Amino acid sequence: MSLRESFRVAMSALVANRLRSALTTLGVLIGVMSVVLLVAIGQGAREEITGAIEGLGSNLLFVLPGDGDFGAAPTRSQFTLDDVDELDRELPGADRRVAGSVVGGEPVQAEGERLTTTVQGGTAGYLDVVVRSTARGQPFTESDVATGRRVVLLGAAVADQLFPGQDPIGRTITVGSIRFRVVGVMERVGGTAFGPDRDREVYLPITSAQRLFATTRIDAIFVRASSTATIDDDREIIERVLERRLEPEAFSVLSQDDIIGVVGDILQILTLVLAAIAGISLLVGGVGVSNIMLVSVSERTREIGLRKALGARTRDITRQFLLEAMVLTGIGGAIGLLLGIGLAELVALFAPIPAEVTLWSVLLALGVSVAVGLLFGVLPARRAGRLDPVEALRHD
Amino acid sequence: MTDRPVLLEAIDVSRIYRLGRDVEVPALKGVSFTVEQGDHVAIVGSSGSGKSTLLNLLGALDRPTSGEVRYDGRDVQTLSDTELAELRNRRIGFVFQSFHLLPRLSAVDNVVLPLIYRPGGRRERRQRAIAALTSVGLGDRLDHRPTELSGGQQQRVAIARAVVTEPALVLADEPTGNLDTRTGEEIMALLEQLHAERDTALVVITHEAEIAARAARAIELRDGLIVGTAEGDA
Repeated sequence: MSLRESFRVAMSALVANRLRSALTTLGVLIGVMSVVLLVAIGQGAREEITGAIEGLGSNLLFVLPGDGDFGAAPTRSQFTLDDVDELDRELPGADRRVAGSVVGGEPVQAEGERLTTTVQGGTAGYLDVVVRSTARGQPFTESDVATGRRVVLLGAAVADQLFPGQDPIGRTITVGSIRFRVVGVMERVGGTAFGPDRDREVYLPITSAQRLFATTRIDAIFVRASSTATIDDDREIIERVLERRLEPEAFSVLSQDDIIGVVGDILQILTLVLAAIAGISLLVGGVGVSNIMLVSVSERTREIGLRKALGARTRDITRQFLLEAMVLTGIGGAIGLLLGIGLAELVALFAPIPAEVTLWSVLLALGVSVAVGLLFGVLPARRAGRLDPVEALRHD
Repeated sequence: MTDRPVLLEAIDVSRIYRLGRDVEVPALKGVSFTVEQGDHVAIVGSSGSGKSTLLNLLGALDRPTSGEVRYDGRDVQTLSDTELAELRNRRIGFVFQSFHLLPRLSAVDNVVLPLIYRPGGRRERRQRAIAALTSVGLGDRLDHRPTELSGGQQQRVAIARAVVTEPALVLADEPTGNLDTRTGEEIMALLEQLHAERDTALVVITHEAEIAARAARAIELRDGLIVGTAEGDA
């Protein structure tokens, strides 16, 4: 019996049981659709987040508390402003390549308007180092930081909300319980789906922020290398300087690539977990196919007996039922794939989560769905092929 | 008759069914006979005589417990399942009491069925099926489904399916068992006509003495043994 003939026989059996075939297909369809959709979302999130990190510039080194193991519990920072000064002295080249930062959340209010924002305290070079600029007004000066002057820069969204339609510069706001004078408004960044909304932050001189948070520590140090070529040299100097002052486990120096690597790995695992969860539904669909094929074999026992009497070989019967299973899952896979891609596009259109359909998820979903047909079709198909024609013909 | 080549030989054939661990039911206890090419043989017996068991063995659907069933000189015991399937496909045409047509297929597709298990193009298969249906008088019922046909017509479709492969032997198991007397008579006449025209051996298994009497030879089975052979009218 030719493969084409087997295919025709399989199709005619499936068409004869349209509703059942459609429902069985549905299980696989939903499985494949979820794999494609969830992987697309996971992958999109990964692109978005690594893109946001890359936006910080590739020359940036992050000095963070802890030994750099992202799986470990957060470590309390032991950095102080002296560390920033020391690094600034030791690192060659232009000044203001080193910035310290301290972060907290505080309510901000002005003229009855009140909102909770992220408060960033920065040294004088902070905005230059992290490549941010003011739209209006001036960034902090060295003397602002040295004297702990109570001045504030507003994120664009904060300015809009506290002073709608007005110029906030020169006005006074309360951060926590301390009053600050607005000296500038930041350039608008635009939100991303993940991570903090930079437009909803306010910036203080780091000394003022430390007083507000009642701390002498700082949370992180940023170092901008003069070029990508010198990044490793800078890293060595930073490590040498800090090792004199702190335990080696108390800090770690990460480049942008390090962070993208770690974050990318985490998000890749997230994507795989999503794919695995969706894969379970695909597996359940496969079990449904197996189940229905077993029912079909027992219903068509007499037909199998007749075909054998007429000269069908064991392998003709096995192949016919295997093809039926594979056509069921193949069609489910193809429709599920199209729906998955369509939904991913819809999600990208209407939600802040970008979705990215990847070739590997498409091939994986299609391959798995046909493989599921093969895997779960084998048992019923072999059972059909092995039926004794005498018994099968007598069956009713 | 003895000058014709032997198609099928049963030599001391017995078949024992095992039910459970210790229970053995002997259905055939040593049966020997031959069917020559173009022969017309009836196998007669009441239910329980072993005639269904013999049908399965003659139809190469089953293998004997001991003894030999030889087709064209080849012992079926030595053939693999695949070789048996090919033997059934090429040499044997089955006609069953309950027709065994596939309800979702049209008459012509039912007749095509044995042809799909051998090489050949679709168009040629269909032409052969149409020719076979025409030869049983159903040239105008090609696209009818079994449920749209009378019992006699369904059995005619089954006969067309049996002869479409041009087998050496048509094996008919109680072919008139589900039909009224007049239709049964017509079906027997058709089987005999095709047998005569095509020089195909015809083995009819029946419990009716009248039908047995139409054959050249009638072999009577009782309790798994041959108890008599009668030369018929034909």
